[in-house]
Formats: sequence, C-alpha cells, structure tokens
Amino acid sequence: MLSQLLTNPDFYNAAIRLTAPLLLAALGGLICERAGVLNLGLEGMMLTGAFFGYLGSLYTQSVVLGLLIAALSGGALATVHAYFSITIRVNQIVTALGLNMLALGVTSTLFRFIFGTDLKQLQSPGMVPVKLGFLSEIPIIGPIFFSQLPIVYFAIALIVIIHFLLYHSKWGLSIRAAGEHPKALDLAGIDVIKVRYSAVIISGVLAGLGGAAITLGGINTFYDNITAGRGFIAFAAIVFGKWTPVGTALATLLFGMGDALQLRLQAFNIQAIPYQFFLMLPYLITLVALVFMGPSKGPAASGVPYAREQGQSKRKKLIKDKVTEV
Amino acid sequence: MKPILSLRNIVKRFPGVLANDNINLDIYPSEIHSILGENGAGKSTLMNILYGAYGIDEGEVFLEGEEIAVASPKEAIDLGIGMVHQHFMLIPVFSVAENIILGMPGKQRLSMRDIENSVKKAGEKFGLKVDPNAIVSTLSVGEQQRVEILKALYRGAKILILDEPTAVLTPAETQELFVMLRELTEQKVTIIFISHKLNEVMAVSERISVMRRGKMIDTVFTKDTSPEELAQMMVGREVVLRVEKPLASLGDATLKIEGLYVKNEKQVLAVRDLSFKVFAGEIFALTGVDGNGQTELVEAITGLRNVTQGNVNIQGKNATNKSPRQIIEMGSGHIPGDRQKQGLVLDMTIMDNMILECFYKEPYSKQHFMQEDIIEKLAEDLITDYDIRCTGSSVSAGNLSGGNQQKIVVARTIFHEPTLLVAVFPTRGLDVGAIEYIHKRLIEERNRGCAVLLVSTELDEVLSLGDRIGVMYEGELMGIVDGDKADKTNIGLMMAGRKVEEKDETDL
Repeated sequence: MLSQLLTNPDFYNAAIRLTAPLLLAALGGLICERAGVLNLGLEGMMLTGAFFGYLGSLYTQSVVLGLLIAALSGGALATVHAYFSITIRVNQIVTALGLNMLALGVTSTLFRFIFGTDLKQLQSPGMVPVKLGFLSEIPIIGPIFFSQLPIVYFAIALIVIIHFLLYHSKWGLSIRAAGEHPKALDLAGIDVIKVRYSAVIISGVLAGLGGAAITLGGINTFYDNITAGRGFIAFAAIVFGKWTPVGTALATLLFGMGDALQLRLQAFNIQAIPYQFFLMLPYLITLVALVFMGPSKGPAASGVPYAREQGQSKRKKLIKDKVTEV
Repeated sequence: MKPILSLRNIVKRFPGVLANDNINLDIYPSEIHSILGENGAGKSTLMNILYGAYGIDEGEVFLEGEEIAVASPKEAIDLGIGMVHQHFMLIPVFSVAENIILGMPGKQRLSMRDIENSVKKAGEKFGLKVDPNAIVSTLSVGEQQRVEILKALYRGAKILILDEPTAVLTPAETQELFVMLRELTEQKVTIIFISHKLNEVMAVSERISVMRRGKMIDTVFTKDTSPEELAQMMVGREVVLRVEKPLASLGDATLKIEGLYVKNEKQVLAVRDLSFKVFAGEIFALTGVDGNGQTELVEAITGLRNVTQGNVNIQGKNATNKSPRQIIEMGSGHIPGDRQKQGLVLDMTIMDNMILECFYKEPYSKQHFMQEDIIEKLAEDLITDYDIRCTGSSVSAGNLSGGNQQKIVVARTIFHEPTLLVAVFPTRGLDVGAIEYIHKRLIEERNRGCAVLLVSTELDEVLSLGDRIGVMYEGELMGIVDGDKADKTNIGLMMAGRKVEEKDETDL
C-alpha cells in the first residue's frame, strides 16, 4: 500500500505543491533571521496573507490582485513586527506570539463579520496548474515538477534568487553582517535599522504569499486557522536547514512530503488508526527532525536588538569655508 | 612641517563627567604618535571624536589645515581617518575579503574573485600579508588585527588610529605589529597609537602625548623621555616600576603536577606530560605564548576540566578530577583569566560577588538562609581593605572599572588565605596604578607562605614577580629557570619552543 503510494508521481506532485507555502514563508524567515531578527510571527503573517488573499481574490475576481493583497497584508503585519523588535527593541518572541494571536483573532472575526455564521462555501478565483511546454512531457519529472501552480514555480525560483542575493550581492552581505555583528556593519557606514527593516518586511511579504498559496492553491476558500501551524514548521525548517536557502528548501520539502503522505493515508480510510493520527504526522516529523539535527548555531546576533552606544551628542555644523592655519 | 591633524580646545562632556577638558593636539604627517594614559583618562573618548562616533561639545578639529566636523564613522573614513578598535569589528564567519568590502560603495552584484584579487594587491602594497579567501574566525588574533588595519587602509585611510592594539597580542605578535607600523609610515600613513603600556609607547612612537583625567598633560619626544617620567605624568605621582620583594623562603611543595595530560574542547591534547611543583612561599610564573596549553592546565588544576592522565596534588592530597568546590576547600584560590566572564557575575552586586565561593558555608548562610548583615559587613571590610572605589557594596559589579572589578576578584580569593593561589593574567588590561596594587598583593601572599602559580604572557610581569619561571610551548614545559637567571632572551627562546636542560627540583 505504502510502496504503491510512494511510486506514484501524483504523490510527489502533491508533496511539492504542499511544500510551496512552507518554502515561501521559510525563505522569508531565513532572510529575516540572517539579518538578526527572529520571526516567529511567520504563522500570523501566513494566516493574514491566506485570509486577505482569499478576500482580495473574491472581491476583485482576480487571482493576481488577490496575491498582491496577500503580499501587502503580510508585509504590513511584518512592519508592525519590525517596529516592535527593531525600533522599540522589545522581546521579539513575545511580540511575534502577540501578532500570531492577533492575526488569528482578526481573520476569524472578519471572516464571520463578512460572511456570517452561515458558512456556505464561497469560492474565489484560484490558481490553476500551468504545464511548462515540452518540459511537462518528460516522463516522471514532467508531471512532478512541470505541471504545477505558478506560485510553486515562483517559490522554487526564489531558492536560487535568495541564494544569489545572500551570497553574491552587497545587500546580502549587509543582511548577513546585520545578523552576525551589527556594530561592524554600522561602523562600515551602513544603516543597520534600514537593513533589518527591509529583511523583516520581505519576510512578511513572502509569508503572506505563502498563506495565499494555501487558500488560492486549489481549495480557493478560507476557514479559521487554515495555516494550522505551518508558519511554525517554516520557522523550524530554517533551523533544520542550517540557515541556508538550499538547506531550508530541502527541510520544507521533507515537511511537504509528510503533509502529502498524511493526506493520502487519510484517504485510505484505515479503521484501526484515527485520522487525527495522520494529521499529526507533519508536526511529528518536525520534532523528530530537530532531534536528529542536534545542537545548532544560527546567526550570532539573531534576536538581539541593535542600539548604538551612548555618547553621540549634537553635531557641530560643518564649516565649509577654508580656515587659515592655526 | 604642518600638522596633518590638529585638535583645538576640544571639550566633551558626559553626564557627570568631563571626559575631555580643553584638549589641544597636533599630529604630523607620517609619524607614529602615541596617546598614553591610564584607563579612563579620556584617550578613547578623544579618538571616538576623531572617528565620528561621538560629537564634540566645544572646540575644533582641523585636517590638513581645513576645519572638519565628523558626524559618523563613515564620514571619518571618507576623510581618510581609519580606526582599528580594541575589540575587532570583524565578522568571524565572513571571509577576509567580505569583511574588507562590507559597506563600501560599488556595484550591487559582488564578484568575489575580483574583490579578492584587489584585496590581495592592497595587502602586498602595504606589506600586510593576508589570505583574502580565509574565514576570519580561523585566523590568529594577530592576523585578524592585520585584516582590521588593511580594512582601514583599503578604504583610503591616511591616518590610522589604533586603540590599545597590543592588548590582545602575544609579545611576538606585538613586535611584528611594530615593524608593520613603521613600514606603514614609509607609505605616508600617519599612525595614532593609543596605549597605557609604557614600554610599548617607548618602543614604537616618535612622540608621546600623555593624558590624565581628561586633560592633556604634555607632548614629548620619545628620545627625550624615560618610562619613569612618563609614568609620573600618567599617574600624577611617582610610581615604582620595579617590584621589590624579599628573598623567597621556600616551604613544602604545595602543588605537585605529575605527568599531566589534558585535552582541549576539540579533544586534542593541549597539555602533554607536564610535571612541576610549586612550593609554599614562592611565585612560580608560568609563561608562554597564549594558547600553548596554559588555559587547559589551569582549568585542570582548578577542577574546571578533566585530566586525561596524570596527577594533580594539592598539599599532599589528590586533587585530580575533583570538583572546583572540593579543590577550593582543599585551600586553593583561583583568580581566573577573564574577570568579566569567569570571575564575576556582572549583574550581581559587589556584596554577592564577594561570597560566590563561600555563600553555602556558615557564617554567610545558616539553614539555607543568607546572613545578609554578615555578608554586608564582610563586603564593606574588603572594599576598605582592598581600596575598591565604588559607591557601596550593593552596586552591581558591572558598573565598576576594570581595575576595581579585578580587586573584587582578588579580595574574594585572598581573604580565605589560600595555601595555593592560581592567578591567571591577573593584570590584563589594567592601568599602571592597578597593576602596581595587584603585584603588591601577590607578593604579600607569597610572603605569607602561600604558593602562588602566576600564569601570564606579560614578560615584564613574569620577570619581575617570578621566583622561578616555567615556559610552556605546545602543551609541554620547555624548562624552568630561576627568576634571577632569567631574562627576555632565554625566556623568549623557550617561548619559541627551545628546551633547556631539566633542572632537578629536589635541589631546592
């Protein structure tokens, strides 16, 4: 039964599709952590994106606009996180937990406020798989990789893009420096605060898109807490992937496969095992993976707010005129 | 010749402190100019002003005759003023090249190969050999400093400020640095060298400016002055640079180390087949380039690290692989090498720090309750006895200066009257006054009959305090010399790995 399942290309196609939301959020969170800010609020940002993406798509009847709104809403929540953790330097974990609860409350409340308690399934326009020409004709690989939702292609491309940005661009160098030794970056003349804000907001945008990839990726609807902890799994994937884009992507794939597996196992309708057990699977994989991961070390300044030292006082104005030698 | 940099009537105030009081200073092109002063004299404040980290309250700064106002480190480097901080501003996990170009203008896309080439060329131009591809954390401290210097020069620094550059270096690395600095002055680089070490400023600079309590005392030519004169200007009174001590009256061997093997974190042997004794009433100074097994040895003696093979014996009792508390209760005291990380809990009060080693015993606690009156009395007494400058025993230790922090550690260790005292880098980073005080205390302990094991990389300290001097190299003891027969040459050779004939200790 299991071997039959694991040799079916459909299973792998589903695994990759289910990986995409995690991947988007995890890559965002990765940039954020590399810049020195913990983003445990990925869950809330995903949920916000999932809700507003669905809402936007429904009202504008445009998936593209829906995705855009999802990205903006995730980015907006991330800006709040950035303000708390970078500007007023409060505990980043507490802030993030607060934002997660806020997101859950706001989305559930608005959902009921707009659609009432009568939960008839209003479907929004959603994404459909796009076959990539001849690539989709390749046996096995074609159906698995090249008959996917557009957002899946985007997420995969993002692995390369973020890898390139982090390791081969000036911006990436600043991001990594902000996460390792912000003072060195500051003394080199780069504004640590700006670098960190940019990273946090990007993580929110990507997490928002990740959320929309759930609601607009086939089911095209929303229900309470639809993300169900995927933001936390994405957070764990960053650790499991040792803070690298490729590692993080592979980690999310593991969880995506777990998710695909539990869906299929549920479908087998095995009487002896309650379906809740299968639902538990991705989370169990997360925990077990971290056990095997062993101790790990992230960016040195991750989670540590940056503040300049005291002593800076009012500047003297620069006198441009030539002054005769004293 | 016109000065390249002039400071006129600089005033900088911090809440409650006048850090720089009307400072005037002229720096001439291509000179090495030392700023000498005790910790807290205002040297670093002055340099932070030059470097744009602090603004000034009054006064003017002229660069090549033109008034400048440096609002940020970036502006300073644009003007050609570069700073090498005491605590390096390098990112350990980055490569040398990445560290050097961090924050520099240029294309968004980085071509690491081109950058590495140009870093390499710059290194060759300035005589600073570095491997641009190397990850900084794999480099030695001396090499890291070279990267810091190159980083400033690569950005076009004409004036290089070095803040206490030798504090983290071994004697050999210090010599290397001095050679490097002299070569840089030939390349038209002007160097401002900040230090509180007399011998170093005498050795490296052409002119020396001495600061004390925020004021500029005087600027002198190195060739016209002496360490004694500088010390007097620095401290404001006469300082005894030579440590006077009566002849050692040796007792029994308090500490016996026999065939000791100890592994480091990487499970590599850091101490190999080490044997020596420390007798009651002597200072046994153990030296060597930092990182040759001294730390592991001390940790093995004090119970912080497991011994792989061999014996540690304190006062005839086996102390091998015993817990730190058991070893303290055998009568030993430990002044650890890093007072901030190992010696003190900085967020705790002076009072609580004073009883860290004995809080569980009567009279400091009874039936698990701390006896606060007794503890406070003890702390107040020790503060008076050891002249710890603070506003009271309930101030947290982190608020004190380095010298006063070290006095807390010394007071706490010595008031038990230990029979074995292990003092590791006891004067590292301290100013002349505090060093003098700590040395005096160590000699008092020796005269009382305590066996003192002094671990230090400061050759002057080792030579002036040690009754016998042992040198470690790659985990082994290169030999033991009597203090009066030791000089910088024979100790230096041993530090570089040359063995001397084993002396039979039973002669003593």
